[in-house]
Parts: sequence; structure tokens; C-alpha cells
Amino acid sequence: MENFFWVVTGMLAVTYLARLVPMLVLSRMEIPEGFRRWLQFVPVAVLSALLVPNILLQNGGLALRLDNTYLLAAVPTMIVAAKFKNIFLTVLCGIVCLMIIRFAFGML
Amino acid sequence: MDDFLAPAVESSPTNKPWPGRGGGKTGALQRRLKDFWQGVAVSIPIMVGYLPIGIAYGILARQAGFSLFQAVSLSLFVYAGAAQFIAVSMIAAGANPFSIIATIGLVNLRHVLYSASVAPFLQKIGISRLLVLAFGLTDEAFSIESVVLAQGAKTPSYIFGLQLAPYLAWNAGSLLGGLLGGWLSGIQALGLDFALPAMFIALLIPLIKNRELVITAIVSGFLSLIFGLFLKGSWNIILATLVAATLGMGLSKWKTSSGS
Repeated sequence: MENFFWVVTGMLAVTYLARLVPMLVLSRMEIPEGFRRWLQFVPVAVLSALLVPNILLQNGGLALRLDNTYLLAAVPTMIVAAKFKNIFLTVLCGIVCLMIIRFAFGML
Repeated sequence: MDDFLAPAVESSPTNKPWPGRGGGKTGALQRRLKDFWQGVAVSIPIMVGYLPIGIAYGILARQAGFSLFQAVSLSLFVYAGAAQFIAVSMIAAGANPFSIIATIGLVNLRHVLYSASVAPFLQKIGISRLLVLAFGLTDEAFSIESVVLAQGAKTPSYIFGLQLAPYLAWNAGSLLGGLLGGWLSGIQALGLDFALPAMFIALLIPLIKNRELVITAIVSGFLSLIFGLFLKGSWNIILATLVAATLGMGLSKWKTSSGS
């Protein structure tokens, strides 16, 4: 965490520039079609790349098992996400489902 | 709505929207205040959503070893929900600063699209104001801006109100969560450790709208998992994203060229 200042500065730079530069430049220039098309696939790819290991990777190993509580909680959470498309409701559902599953497994 | 908002405008000293050129006339100032509060009113659904997620972020950050100052400073200076959650999980997992910033950069590439798509509506606004209005362009702010800007011209004051209120809600939530997270123990018992994957699910699922995107998501998740078994420092995320997004683009090109 001794690098915290630089992490925050770097995050600020990449976030702010992504929000600012196109706004400033784009009244004069168009985004190349190929790059625009590629950008459309980035959010889905990043989020999936973040999500899957978060659920299926435990202690450095594959956890494709029925006692993986994250995996079990992910199923109803995905259904709620697809049905309601609401971030808060989905997060709430995930948290409550995980609590219930842990309770059922006697982990609480 | 004006009657409802009028007293608050007079009593609050913090509501000066858009200080700067040509603010001398009282009529112009009042118009700016009115626009500002209309923007705030439009942003209420965002505020309602940001406060609890901000609290969840604050708690998680503290549990991951952040100090209160560190947790809140990410909200103050970066102000990007998904990016902050990711940074917390990566820092907690011991990722190196460069891979954290590279991942955040990729996650934030979607903002390039947002910024590009609101640009045509902001042509009459000066650069100094755009410097401020770019900072608050979150997913949710964009989702509302893209609708209201298309309905008619909006002043900088209006957009500023629309962005400032959610910013304050997000930071208030982060502060509250950061304070709570310092006291709470046993985050596992509450299931709060699932807030992050649940948020990824909440953001991801509505984005998957066609077959190319389904394939992109599956390939990216699979590659990230496989790479994650062998690579340290979250490089799996960057590599999987680059490969899968390029594949998705290739598939969609192939579809359009073969379909026509």
C-alpha cells in the first residue's frame, strides 16, 4: 500500500482522460469505425474476465464444486440482474442469497 | 417544482453553480440556480442508488485493509464505482500498481464511448466548463444525460447539478461505509464480500444483448480463469479482455459482411 498515492493518481488519470478527451476532441474528429466497434466489446469482456475468476478461483485453484457458495449465490443473482436490470437490487439479492446459503451450509 | 425548490436555493450557500464569466446579472444567476436544481432533481434516482453502493464500497475497502482516508480519497478523486471496487479487490490481492491502473484503464474505456456520444450536445460549452463536466460522467450520469440532452439543449448549470448531487451521495456513502467498516467485524457473516461479484453481474448481464456479446463474455471469462491459474498480478484480466474483445469484433464484422 506504499504505492497508494501513485495508484490513485494513475486511476484518476485513466478515468478522467477517458471521460474528457473524446468530449474535447470529438466535435472536430470522428472515432475510427474499427476502434469504435472494438470498444463496444470491451465492457462485456472486462466484466466477464473479472467476474469468472472471482467466483470460480479459490486459493489459487479451480473451485467448480457444489460447495462453492459464490457459485451457488451467483445463479439467482444473474437471474435477478437479467430480469430487473437494477444494480442495487442485484447486489442486494447477491448478498442476501450468500447469507442464506452460508446459513444453510452451517457456516454462520 | 420551482416552488418546492425555491427556499432551498436561497438558504444554501453551497449551491453557486458555475461561477465565472457573465454572472453579474441577478436574472442570469437565478436562471442558473433554477437550471442547477432541475439537474439535481433529475439525478435523484442516481443518488438513491449511489448511497447504499457507496456504503458497501466503504465497508469493503476498510475490510480489504484501506484506511478511512484511502477509501474516501478514491471516491473523491477517481469517482468511478466499478473501478473503485476492482481497485480494492486487486490491491487486497496484492496486484502491482501498473496492472491495477491498466485494468482500470480498460474498464474505463467505455467512458470513451459515453464522452464521445455526449460531445455533439456540448459544442457551445467552453473548455474550462467541460473540464468540470467530464469528471462526473459516470455510467449512471451518462444514462440520464444521454436521454435529457437529446430532448433539448441543457445549460452547464443543469448538467453540473445532475452530476454534483450523485457525486456528493457517492462520497457520503463511502464515508459512512468507511466508518462502519472500521467497526464491523466478520464481513463474511453478512455476505457483504459478495457485493463485488454481484456488482459485476449487475453490470455485465444487461450488456449481453446479442450472440457476439455472449461469445465474448464466455471466452473472456474462460480465458481469464485459465490464465488466472498460472499468472500472478491480474494480467489474466487484461489478456482475456484484449483477446475476447478482438474476437467479438471479428465475429460481428464477419456477421455483417456475410449477412449483406
